[in-house]
Amino acid sequence: MSDQTVLEVEDVRTEFQTARGLVRAVDGVSLSLRAGETLGIVGESGSGKSVLGRTIMGLITTGHTTQVHGSVRIAGKDVHAISAKERRRLWGSEVAMVFQDPMTSLNPVKRVGAHITEALRLHLGLDKKAAAERAIDLLRQVGIPEPARRMSQFPHELSGGMRQRVVIAMALCCDPRLLIADEPTTALDVTVQKQILDLLTSLAESRDMATILISHDLGAVAGRTDRVQVMYAGRVVERSATGEVFEGPRHPYTEGLLASIPRLSDPPHTTLRAIVGSPPNMANPPDGCRFAPRCPYVQDRCRTEQPELLEIGVRRTSHVAACHFPLPDVDTGSTGDAPPRAALAEEIS
Amino acid sequence: MLMPRKNPTGSKLSARRLGGLGAGMVVAGLALVVVGWTAPLLLFLKAVLLLAGIVVLAQGLSRVVWAVRGGRPDILLWLCCGWLVLLAVVALLAPVLPLGEHVDVVKALDAPTYQSPRLLSEYPLGTNNYGLDMLARSIYGARTSLVIALSAVAIGTAVGGSIGVVAGFLRSGVDSVIGVVTNALLAVPPLVLLIALATVLEPKLRNVALALALLTIPSMIRLARANTIAFAQREFVLAARAMGATKLRIMWRELVPNVILPIFSMMVVMISVLIVAEASLSFLGFGVQAPEPTWGNMIAEAEGGTMQEHPHIVLVPGVFLFLTVFSFNLLGEKAQKRWDPRSAKL
Repeated sequence: MSDQTVLEVEDVRTEFQTARGLVRAVDGVSLSLRAGETLGIVGESGSGKSVLGRTIMGLITTGHTTQVHGSVRIAGKDVHAISAKERRRLWGSEVAMVFQDPMTSLNPVKRVGAHITEALRLHLGLDKKAAAERAIDLLRQVGIPEPARRMSQFPHELSGGMRQRVVIAMALCCDPRLLIADEPTTALDVTVQKQILDLLTSLAESRDMATILISHDLGAVAGRTDRVQVMYAGRVVERSATGEVFEGPRHPYTEGLLASIPRLSDPPHTTLRAIVGSPPNMANPPDGCRFAPRCPYVQDRCRTEQPELLEIGVRRTSHVAACHFPLPDVDTGSTGDAPPRAALAEEIS
Repeated sequence: MLMPRKNPTGSKLSARRLGGLGAGMVVAGLALVVVGWTAPLLLFLKAVLLLAGIVVLAQGLSRVVWAVRGGRPDILLWLCCGWLVLLAVVALLAPVLPLGEHVDVVKALDAPTYQSPRLLSEYPLGTNNYGLDMLARSIYGARTSLVIALSAVAIGTAVGGSIGVVAGFLRSGVDSVIGVVTNALLAVPPLVLLIALATVLEPKLRNVALALALLTIPSMIRLARANTIAFAQREFVLAARAMGATKLRIMWRELVPNVILPIFSMMVVMISVLIVAEASLSFLGFGVQAPEPTWGNMIAEAEGGTMQEHPHIVLVPGVFLFLTVFSFNLLGEKAQKRWDPRSAKL
């Protein structure tokens, strides 16, 4: 793993002017990603994870109802400051995206081969024959049997999993340094999900490619990413090494998310543990901590003062959380710089 | 249903009976056609017999094919295609076919006027008031009608389709301007628009085609725009953008191939509409001018009581017009069913 920073996001805010008021879909997110590193972004629907992915790509068309603040640097270039032409050159060759639904992300009237060769010819200036050869090679790399025959087939002739492999081959065709996978497995069935995720992981590893894996499925992210970032209502609430987040979540929201995963060891008919309440109205978010109305450990301070994303790690790796009263570390019981809350938690229970 | 329907009973006996019935109907139909064509009856009766014969013949053929192949053919569709192909071929080859005089009155001076149709005579479909051959005139009329309708639809589709795709893809300002223009064009009654155009344009083939093209543009814009909007929201357009495709490339490579299918079925229906429109214009005297024949001005020749005495003057071009429009309509309907975006798999 090299130390080269591929992606730098600084205080990005994506705002939509809607009929109900200004919606900050992404509200002050910063992160950075090195080559070969994999970051998982998790959160429930409407937490801003997909919009963040598109903002990083620069795919959000800004106008009088949509604005993006802050900076996104991919390979040193500010995505939102460069010209449209330069951005198009960036897309595909430096940064690529895998979309959610392979049923709609392939053009139904275009052959599989054309999807890949077009980008190859556009970005790398290959001739028809060289592009076709390379496309066949790519299809083989993403695990498509009989790649030469698939080239002339139409998307509807392939299964969902195969189609998603084609989408991945398309995204990888010009060797991007950063891959953003926006819920790449949501539309697939469970056995195929695992295959696709494993494929993405191994491709990212072999190509030393930085990857962002956006998902609402914690299981998809566990074990496949180096770091996990949990988002809630447009803000990052916790970010740390994947293992640390899963073993010892420090933010109450992360804890709730993890508790809501049904376990095989549960007896039949166990009621699913849900986080009570629903995400806030993004046109009118709560004043203090956005999770406060649903938080089981809520204090007065949480309702008035917005917590900042602070380093609370007790190990060598960075662990940040946006909580006034983070949960104690599983091993040491330390809550970092924040005041201890163990007594409070006991009082509540 | 694209697959031919299977014979529900399926047994050999019933297939044979079906075939027998079909063969009987073919014979009866042929007999009716021959009687209808040759019998010394009133023209109206002859036409009725002829039509009935054709219907029985078609049904009989359908049953024979059904019995032989085991699937029910869409005989009507094949008849329509056959008619259109035949018409196109004779219209194309008209100058080299041994046809009677169609336009030069002087050459027809010694020909009988108002000759009734008689199949095996020199004038199979009769002659008009100048003694010009009705068959030749109908075929040359088909030439004019088809050329005008096809080129008008081609122009209208190319212009309207591309404007519609651009409007549907770019939206915002461009879309609203195009929307206003389209609505304005649609608000003018088509015939009034055509007559207004006829007053300023010379009634030549090219001008008529252009005027009719103008008529098709707004509906093509609407269809292309609506389909483009629907397809532009699919993720593959975003995916193409994310791969660095320019707007022009997205429109041309991603959207046009998808939008073209519904447009195509609309085109076929549009052809039949324009054939009728062209005939109406010629009937009113705004289209291609007599003696150059078109179906419209041929029908107009029967004005002033001629029709009562010589119904073939109206019936001959009328039947040509009817069969052609009917065929294009049927073809358009089938095309729409086949390529309806709502029934598409993806």
